[in-house]
Amino acid sequence: MAVYLDNAATAPIRPEVVEVFSKHLQVVGNPSAVNSFGQAARRLVEEAREEIAKALNADRNEIIFLSGGTEADNLAVKGLFEARNSPEMARPVVISVATEHHAVIEAVEALEKRGAETWWIPVDERGVLNLVALESFLADRGESVALISAMWANNETGVITDIPALTAIANKYGVPVHSDAVAAFGHIPVDFAASGLAALSVTAHKIGGPVGIGALVVSRATQLGAQIHGGGHERGMRSGTLNASGAKAFGAAATIAVAELDAESARLGRLVEKLVGGVAAIAPEARFSRADAPGLPNNAHFTFAGSSGDSLLFLLDRAGVAVSNGSACQAGVSAASHVLLAMGRDVAEASGCVRVTLGWQSTEADVDAFLAALPQALEGARKAGLPN
Amino acid sequence: MKVLAAMSGGVDSAVAAARAVEAGHEVVGVHLALSRMPGTLRTGSRGCCTIEDSMDAQRAANILGIPYYVWDFSERFKADVVDDFIAEYQAGRTPNPCMRCNERIKFAALLEKALALGFDAVCTGHYASVITGESGDLELHRGLDALKDQSYVLGVLTAEQLKHSMFPLGATASKAEVRAEASRRGLAVAQKPDSYDICFIPDGDTQGWLSDRVGEAEGEIVDRDGSVLGKHMGAHNFTVGQRKGLNIGRPAADGRPRYVLEVQPRSNRVVVGPQEALAVTELAGSRFTWCGLAPEAPEAWFDCEVQVRAHSPSEPATAAVVDGELVVKLAQPLHGVAPGQTAVIYVGTRVLGQTTIDRTVSADLVTS
Repeated sequence: MAVYLDNAATAPIRPEVVEVFSKHLQVVGNPSAVNSFGQAARRLVEEAREEIAKALNADRNEIIFLSGGTEADNLAVKGLFEARNSPEMARPVVISVATEHHAVIEAVEALEKRGAETWWIPVDERGVLNLVALESFLADRGESVALISAMWANNETGVITDIPALTAIANKYGVPVHSDAVAAFGHIPVDFAASGLAALSVTAHKIGGPVGIGALVVSRATQLGAQIHGGGHERGMRSGTLNASGAKAFGAAATIAVAELDAESARLGRLVEKLVGGVAAIAPEARFSRADAPGLPNNAHFTFAGSSGDSLLFLLDRAGVAVSNGSACQAGVSAASHVLLAMGRDVAEASGCVRVTLGWQSTEADVDAFLAALPQALEGARKAGLPN
Repeated sequence: MKVLAAMSGGVDSAVAAARAVEAGHEVVGVHLALSRMPGTLRTGSRGCCTIEDSMDAQRAANILGIPYYVWDFSERFKADVVDDFIAEYQAGRTPNPCMRCNERIKFAALLEKALALGFDAVCTGHYASVITGESGDLELHRGLDALKDQSYVLGVLTAEQLKHSMFPLGATASKAEVRAEASRRGLAVAQKPDSYDICFIPDGDTQGWLSDRVGEAEGEIVDRDGSVLGKHMGAHNFTVGQRKGLNIGRPAADGRPRYVLEVQPRSNRVVVGPQEALAVTELAGSRFTWCGLAPEAPEAWFDCEVQVRAHSPSEPATAAVVDGELVVKLAQPLHGVAPGQTAVIYVGTRVLGQTTIDRTVSADLVTS
């Protein structure tokens, strides 16, 4: 039986969630319809909205349902930019981080084509944001800044950003902050009310829910330009028929993830600790990417000098252990990680990474299987050498 | 055996992989990513470097029930094939990039990586056969279908590489048979068009592609006496034997068409002349290899056939290694042989070896 250690890509759906999801798939009625069927479906959506709001300590009105993390990031970045530059382009500057998920980076780059000017917050070799540099940039140009987008925890290396510290600086200059919390949610506490954020992205399928449903949490004081126009659903920010069964499944997954968070993060933290220790003993050349910076309890990301990431992934996969290189392009090529490049690593190093991520179903046996398969995989990968 | 099936996304490599599976081997499909920016290359279904091709290869692997991975050889490909292609043209030679790709990528970088990762062989959809000869050593032979035979582009393989090469399509009677088999196996690529062009030149415009990279530089078109007949915008636009696109104003004294006889990159001059001056009686190269077992006494002249292009007939000749060069003497003069091309030596259907052509000897003119 193959071992699945790529939970940051997508986690298996929880059996309890399957039950909720399938039960509500047969509900008839459009949640926006006025008739009794519509009202019954609407009730499910609103129950789910409350469950998710509770899990994130947000107001129920702040939850905007949409298709997932990528859409949430696009709505936040583009929508904030539009709202902050209406009726005229008064704040052309967008601030983000070069280690962000492509959903944010590409959205920011799309805005550049519309006249936006980008400033990237520098990161150190562990991937930690330089907030002193941010403050001095804002002191200089704060009035021209439309928004800041900085992820709560990095999806590749797992490094955590001190969001309250970042928003404290940004709010001094009146700049709204969006955070992609797709990797963080369900693994570390995410408290929207206390965060100081204007918007926050989450998705169901990373926490044991189904693919195709997520949310952007938008504070009640924040205005956003809609990116999908239509019937004016979801405070006019996201049109489209509401996904009642998906929302209920997301609500169930969020509720379970938050209820179990303390115990699970401690349990997975111990497993990751064992895994990191085991890797260090097997491969002296392994480098734990985020080093001593605070990180997600379920994430272990390494580079192995002299081995290519795709050889390691291949050999581990053939040995029945599924891990990831972090990012792959559309054609399926393991590209050099833009996250590691931003952290100052060279292309050779950035091509040699392996990401191991645990989920709710992961056990110590999974970690043992990885550690058992690693020596032989490393031997082969070292022999195959570096790419090109 | 543990077999790595190189899958381009085309019908040949898909059927080759299918036959390897059927023969009982443990097969893994691998698609080679050869471009850093796949989206920028050809987006049709004719090439070997696109997202669409990668998806086609993956779909074929799914149908065969084999694991599938994409391996990135884009930097090696750029350095060893694309840059080499440009450099060869700049040096006045006519390279064959597919051959270079087999030599440096498929049966070098890919094979080495495959062996390191525990595979025994690399399987491709080339129409050629590896068989055990009378001596007990492995030999490379022409594919059964003369129209599809691709033994020429595999002429660079050495004995060691043959040991780890598998060409399941070699004994196939025709491409139609392969398409029918693909269709029978439910492979969606059954009717996918063949690729003929150079995969990294998206629109097939080699001259335009080269001009973008090496720039234009005005030079002279001269006859064999050195008289200037016209101007051109870059010697890389010309290859030996070319007739069209010379743009010479006045006709030749005898009124007959003129052909490119020689490209001189240093002086950026193109020498033209009558067709009979293209007739080559001898060709030679110092960068030669033997495909499988080398002849016992290569210094002694032996009878063979020589082929200088992927899809041209082979010509009777004699060959021998003379002063470190493989020298081939043609029984009949041969037209349009350019330095940089590869001469593959056959004995019967067997590929004996190959050399990159450094120099040719013409009936009435020596080119260097």
